[in-house]
Amino acid sequence: MDGMTTPTPVEIAEPDVDEIVELEDPWVTIVWNDPVNLMSYVAYVFRNYFGYTEEKAHQLMLAVHHEGKAVVSSGSREQMERHVQAMHEYGLWATLERQDA
Amino acid sequence: MKPFKKRRRGGITATFEAGEAHLLASLSGQVVELLRDRNGADESTADPLATQLGMGGPSLPPEDPVLRRLLPDAYRDDAEDSGEFRRFTERSLTSAKVANAEALIGSLVDGGLAFGVPADADQQPIEVELDPAQVQAWLRALTDVRLSLAVRLGIEDDDDIMLIAQSEDEAIAAMSEIYDWLGYVQETLIAALD
Repeated sequence: MDGMTTPTPVEIAEPDVDEIVELEDPWVTIVWNDPVNLMSYVAYVFRNYFGYTEEKAHQLMLAVHHEGKAVVSSGSREQMERHVQAMHEYGLWATLERQDA
Repeated sequence: MKPFKKRRRGGITATFEAGEAHLLASLSGQVVELLRDRNGADESTADPLATQLGMGGPSLPPEDPVLRRLLPDAYRDDAEDSGEFRRFTERSLTSAKVANAEALIGSLVDGGLAFGVPADADQQPIEVELDPAQVQAWLRALTDVRLSLAVRLGIEDDDDIMLIAQSEDEAIAAMSEIYDWLGYVQETLIAALD
C-alpha cells in the first residue's frame, strides 16, 4: 500500500482501485508446448523466473507438455507483457490474452 | 566434452574439445548474425533515446522462419496487438539474445578458444567456468541455437526428432546429431545447477 495517500475514513469503505483493475481485467500468460525445449529447462524457467516451488513448476511443465499449453501467470496486461517478453528471451513460446477470451 | 558440474566454490565448469567449442561458437555466431540482419542495421542511426526505450522497432513479424521462432508474436491471432508489442519490445529482445550469444562465445574464448587456427592443428580442450550471469546467458543462448537448428531441420513435433535422426541424408543426420548434442550440453548445465 502507498503510505503517502490520505487515509480513507473508516465509514466510507472505498475499494482499492488497483485491486479492482486486477480483478476485472485479468490477463494471462500462456506457455505453449514445443518439441525443442527440454522438460528440465521449462521447469527450471518456471522455478527461477516466476519463483514457483519445484512441485508447481514441474506440474506446470507437465501441463504444457501433455495439454499443449498452460496458464503460467495472471494479472495486469502490463505484467503479462513483461512475462511474455521474458519467456521469449528464455526461448519459450509464450503469448498473453484476456482471461476467457 | 566433460559435462557441466558445480565446483565447490560455486563456479560451473565444463570442458569441450576444441572442435566442439568451435562448433558452439560458430552456431552462436550464426544466431547473432541473423538477429543483427533483422534489427542491427539501423541501430547506429536510430534515435538513441527511442532505442533505449525500446521504441521504433519493426511491427511486422520476420519472414525468416528461424527469426519468427526466436522473436515470436506475443498475441495469438491478433496481428494488431502483436505488431504494437513487437514495435516496443523486439529491439530489446534482440539485444538480449545477441548479448547472450556473445557471452557464450566470450566464455569459450576465455577458456582458450582461438579463431583462425588450422582445423588439423593440435588444439587444447577448452575449459569454461561460468559465473551465475554467464550461466543464465548460456541457458538462453543454447536454447536459441537449438530453436534455430530445429526450425532448419523442420522439427515440429516429437516424432520429427526421431525421423530426422534416421534420415538417409547425411547432412540432415549430421545436423540432427549436433542438435542432440546441444540438448545434452544444456541438460548437463541444468543438472549442475541443482
